[in-house]
Amino acid sequence: MSAAQNVMASEPQQVQWHYVCETNDLVTNSGVCALVDSQQVAIYSLKINGETQVFAISNYDPIGKANVLYRGLLGSIGGAPVVASPLYKEHYFLETGLCKEHDDVSVTTYAVKVEGDKVFVGV
Amino acid sequence: MTSLESKTQIVVVGNGMVGHHFVEQLHQSDANVEITVLCGESRLAYDRVYLSSFFSGASADDLALTTPAQYAEWGVNVVTNALVTDIDRDNNKVMTSEGQVFSYDKLVLATGSYPFVPPIPGNDQEHCLVYRTIDDLLAIEASAAVSKVGVVVGGGLLGLEAANALKQAGLDTHVVEFAPQLMAVQLNQAGGNVLKDKIEALGVTVHTQKATQTIEAGDTCRYKMVFADGTVLETDMILFSAGIRPSDQLGRKSALTLGERGGIVIDNHCVTSDPNIYAVGECALWDNKTFGLVAPGYTMARTAVSHITGGDAEFTGADMSTKLKLMGVEVGSIGDAHERTEGALSYTYLNQPEGVYKKLVVDSEQKYVLGAVLVGDTSDYDTLLQYALNSIELPEHPESLILPSSDAAPALGADALPDSASICSCLNVTKGDIVSAIEGGCCSVADVKGETKASTGCGGCAALLKNVVDSELEKRGVEVSKAICEHFNHTRQELFHLVKVNGIRTFDELLEQHGEGLGCEICKPAVGSILASVYNDYILKASHLPLQDTNDIYLGNMQKDGTYSVVPRVPGGEITPEKLILLGEVAKEYNLYTKITGGQRIDLFGARVEHLPDIWEKLVAGGFETGHAYAKALRTVKSCVGSTWCRYGVQDSVGTAIDLENRYKGLRAPHKIKFAVSGCTRECAEAQSKDIGVIATEQGWNLYVCGNGGMKPRHADLFATDLDTETLIKYIDRVLMFYVKTADRLQRTSVWMDNLEGGLAYLQDVVINDALGINGELEAQMDAVVDAYQCEWKTTIENPESRKRFRQFVNSNASDTNIQFVSERGQVRPATEAEKVAGKDQFIPVSMV
Repeated sequence: MSAAQNVMASEPQQVQWHYVCETNDLVTNSGVCALVDSQQVAIYSLKINGETQVFAISNYDPIGKANVLYRGLLGSIGGAPVVASPLYKEHYFLETGLCKEHDDVSVTTYAVKVEGDKVFVGV
Repeated sequence: MTSLESKTQIVVVGNGMVGHHFVEQLHQSDANVEITVLCGESRLAYDRVYLSSFFSGASADDLALTTPAQYAEWGVNVVTNALVTDIDRDNNKVMTSEGQVFSYDKLVLATGSYPFVPPIPGNDQEHCLVYRTIDDLLAIEASAAVSKVGVVVGGGLLGLEAANALKQAGLDTHVVEFAPQLMAVQLNQAGGNVLKDKIEALGVTVHTQKATQTIEAGDTCRYKMVFADGTVLETDMILFSAGIRPSDQLGRKSALTLGERGGIVIDNHCVTSDPNIYAVGECALWDNKTFGLVAPGYTMARTAVSHITGGDAEFTGADMSTKLKLMGVEVGSIGDAHERTEGALSYTYLNQPEGVYKKLVVDSEQKYVLGAVLVGDTSDYDTLLQYALNSIELPEHPESLILPSSDAAPALGADALPDSASICSCLNVTKGDIVSAIEGGCCSVADVKGETKASTGCGGCAALLKNVVDSELEKRGVEVSKAICEHFNHTRQELFHLVKVNGIRTFDELLEQHGEGLGCEICKPAVGSILASVYNDYILKASHLPLQDTNDIYLGNMQKDGTYSVVPRVPGGEITPEKLILLGEVAKEYNLYTKITGGQRIDLFGARVEHLPDIWEKLVAGGFETGHAYAKALRTVKSCVGSTWCRYGVQDSVGTAIDLENRYKGLRAPHKIKFAVSGCTRECAEAQSKDIGVIATEQGWNLYVCGNGGMKPRHADLFATDLDTETLIKYIDRVLMFYVKTADRLQRTSVWMDNLEGGLAYLQDVVINDALGINGELEAQMDAVVDAYQCEWKTTIENPESRKRFRQFVNSNASDTNIQFVSERGQVRPATEAEKVAGKDQFIPVSMV
């Protein structure tokens, strides 16, 4: 499965951390987009059980073929956080990048961390 | 070639409702036939049942049951104005008055009937008319325009409908009936009397037991009718509606067997005395009876189709029970209304103050219903009809079936009906058909309607249909999951109540108290819409923002390439030259594609998210407001130019449209809402295709509700007539707020109303008669929403924090390079993927501004 490989490839390797913004640039339960090393990365901040968690995936919607995923609605499917594409409403799991509706479609996930007030994305 | 030659040639004479039904059924049977329709009128089949709606604004097109294009699509040959004069039975040919000849293998006569005009001297004068076809109606309209008094001869069903038409045309209206009572065929004397009282109370004078002797020149009016008892009645026009006679001339001329008093004799297969000729509908005589209702005609049509295609359906008579509303008076007649069955007994209930009369006729054993008469209240009709048609045994106290509801009245549950029970007699849908539709996956009234067509004819069975559907679903334990999504086990309506009753102001509060998980793209916008409907807060408040679809967040409609469209509000479609110029200047500056919308405004496409605030800043400064094109909210109020300029307009439709648009702009709803206002009955604004349609009359406004265009177009229903502007707005307030409060997510007004038990009549009862006692509350809620209105774009551009949302990148001012345009017809359009691959040099530069 290409999707699973993507996930594997993007996580444990040595990542280069890029500062993107301050935490107050993020919008709780919504997304923003950052340009990181000329890649468009959608960054979401979710409040889950009272705790804020941050996720990052590619901003490119592989089905709608447009850079729009940061503008999707956030939610959960069976407890797992997802974003719904604003174009045709496919769901992408924020933790894995997998598309719920299509087995063979996925988006790249990125490592993301918060240090103090600063948000970093790993590429 | 061979397959063409082997096709059976079917020639159908007549294209009334029954003739058309025959063609439709035969077409659907997929039989290998070639159908030719010879239509005597210039128009193809139209709905005669609703003929009188012609006077309340329906057009000939509204009444049409088919179109030449549809027949062409079906491969049916149609010849209009083709009056068939002869049948050559030896050579299987028919001839028309124009000399055309058509060969047939099977000939179907669906020539219908003609109105009977009593042989009264003077009955052939210019303003003596009949009520049967659209052409008749045009003649009546013309005559009424130059008349003050009108008389209808005949107090039957059609006569009373005709009287209503004259009344609506503003004439001093009289009904003259030979019998001692109105509707003598369907009602008994007591029922007829109650009906007479009610109709007279509406301002129509009823004269019973009057035999017209002559029609002479009048003294004060155009004519004078002289009756056998020596009395006279002055009138300007006379409409004959004294019954119908079968149009059997063709049968007579070609020596088919006819009945003694006319009608082409048919057997149980609708075959005439010639095995290659069928007769269906009102021209046919079965068991020495003709049938002047549409349902038996349809059954005959289906029987003939079955016989032609080798089936074994038979026509074995028909139930002539009827339920209708005459001039707003409910009338119902079932089976043996006159107690003619030997040993029949009856129960009667008379409530003179309220004008209600009910009679129940039962057999001598008091076991079964034989018939019934209902005047003034037909709410028991469905139940009684089912008892009668299915020979269901009566409960212990049969009178309880017609007495005003008390705890003792046993309602007949849908469960008690056998599968053979006919639920919709117009379209011949049985309970069994509905059950199999549900087994086939239908799980709502609307689904079942779509699948079986039940309740799409006269609509009289709507409540019964809902009963059957609900009971069947319940039986299957299909607790039709009403949950909006996995996060809330509630319907939208329930969530609305929870929000309102508990004063909940945020999604998080609601989720914590009544839901689970994080929400989703279904429940979040739904709750966002509910919060907006209840409080009308600024939609981009921090707590509301994550609830909105991208369109609502960015206050524009996202297009396929991720850009947005910009649609400022143009109330009523009225716009100044200055504003037009501003739109053009902004479009030029930001290189936007411009297009006129169907809602009489201008759409600017291709705006990048980061340009939206600047674009709107310029528009707001020029006096524009957001058009809510992105929202489930009021979109537009379309209008024609109205009495200000138009030669025909009778009211200021533009002014009213602007007022309405300004009143309801910003109202969040379960789905988008569209209005239109027409300045006269010509209806140039197409108001009858809108959720709220307003059409000017000489006296005020007619209000139509719950229409829509789109995927499943639906005409709006006439809701109330001749309203003054204040009442009009009150009614719209109530209808809309009731819709906002009770409809499901993404349910348009039409589906919402269809799913209300009782449909239009129920909605009228709630809104006009305040049946639920909530009108005060509905109006207050609407006032609150109207007062809280703010232009979201104005609020957004004035707030630096909000403006921050409108950037592609949180860490860069770059633009999204994936958005590329090419030029087409002098404007931009998004580049296709292939064009993007082909090369970037052809693109229009992105760095405008």
